[in-house]
Amino acid sequence: MIVTLLDYGAGNATSVERALKRLGADSIRAGAPEQIADAQVIVLPGVGHFATLIRTLDERALRPPLLDAIARGVPFLGICLGLQALYESSEEAPSLSGLTLLAGKVRGLPSSVKLPHMGWNQVRIERPSRLLENVSADAYFYFAHSYAAVDLDRSEACVAACTHGANFAAVLEHKNVCAVQFHPEKSGAPGAQILRNFLELAA
Amino acid sequence: MTLARRIIPCLDTDGARVVKGVNFAGLRDAGDPAVLAARYNAEGADELVVLDIAASRDQRPTFLETIRRVAAELAIPLTAGGGIRSLEDARAVVLAGADKVTVNTAAVARPVLISELSREFGSQAVVVAIDGKRTAKGWDVMVRGGRESAGLDAIAWAQQGVSLGAGEILLTSVDRDGTQLGFDVPLTAAISREVSVPLIASGGAKLPEHFAEIFSEGAADAALAASIFHDNVQSIRELKHFLAANGIEVRLPC
Repeated sequence: MIVTLLDYGAGNATSVERALKRLGADSIRAGAPEQIADAQVIVLPGVGHFATLIRTLDERALRPPLLDAIARGVPFLGICLGLQALYESSEEAPSLSGLTLLAGKVRGLPSSVKLPHMGWNQVRIERPSRLLENVSADAYFYFAHSYAAVDLDRSEACVAACTHGANFAAVLEHKNVCAVQFHPEKSGAPGAQILRNFLELAA
Repeated sequence: MTLARRIIPCLDTDGARVVKGVNFAGLRDAGDPAVLAARYNAEGADELVVLDIAASRDQRPTFLETIRRVAAELAIPLTAGGGIRSLEDARAVVLAGADKVTVNTAAVARPVLISELSREFGSQAVVVAIDGKRTAKGWDVMVRGGRESAGLDAIAWAQQGVSLGAGEILLTSVDRDGTQLGFDVPLTAAISREVSVPLIASGGAKLPEHFAEIFSEGAADAALAASIFHDNVQSIRELKHFLAANGIEVRLPC
């Protein structure tokens, strides 16, 4: 199995690549529509600004093949901004449309807490999850974000939530679509276990 | 369920090797950065910082190779810095495997650098490092490795850095650095309470009590140290157990 890393020029593709490699999974970086159309497994490792991600997807005509692949059942993992992109839109760039695979809007975390939400936090498991199999309930994961799926932690797709000033969706599973708000590639052993679980369910 | 306070070992390098000195002077060799990185990753460090304190143009390729070697050992975030003067410098560091870049003197000389980096990589990837030194009125910002005053107030500069797009402040007390007398609590608390982003305290740590104090009294979100970890004066594992036993939320190593 070869993982297709959707490469839109963001910084963390290298660390995701390396983390997958440690688990024995090869990956290729893809930035062209036909590469996405041919993908067997897709990872969207997003960091940075919502607008940069969405604009790049549209400028490179990656949105239609990505949505087609997901509709065909190709296993997908969104990381950080790659989770936020699944919703209808984000307060970070209100005029742009997200992938709209999930209902709801991404919002800024409240300014009553320090932002970005930066560092290691735990998650609250809301329902049974394949991604969280063999991950301890008190495990910590590395987060680095200021926007989140705030108050969307009760939605059907949300399997684990986190709190930083507000409750937000931390782990999503909806059919073949998986997503995490934290960075599994930077989250030590529990993060590696989540990537391993994704690779297993994608196999 | 709250955000854990972070323990961050720092590798000061000459580009290739870890070096150390007291009050920014008198350097000596302290090991291979990749070897230390692997050790700290296993011991429960929450992040790692690697700095090129020489920051000479000729040594850049060596330092980028060091970042690649260090990043390959880590399953935790990596911040790199020293000599980053432009977007291109930062991009090279990010492509080598750093998750965040830290800027200091170059940002004081040209504050818009912070905005350029933040637009490109996101504010979560931009760490503004500030070296603060006590004056009669407050704290001055020091540049060029802590040797020269920039003529700026440290609190005001931290706030400006945040408004320009910094996602984190790495605050070093020039007065405490290398002394092992404990972190600078008044400086750290003053800045942490005035900025909306997380703050990493640095300079002066030796005892576990110093870390407990900087998290409780100093309101620091993370604490950084170098030689006490390199020399095994303090183990990260034991430090975290001490902090947990004292009611401070930390991520305990497995």
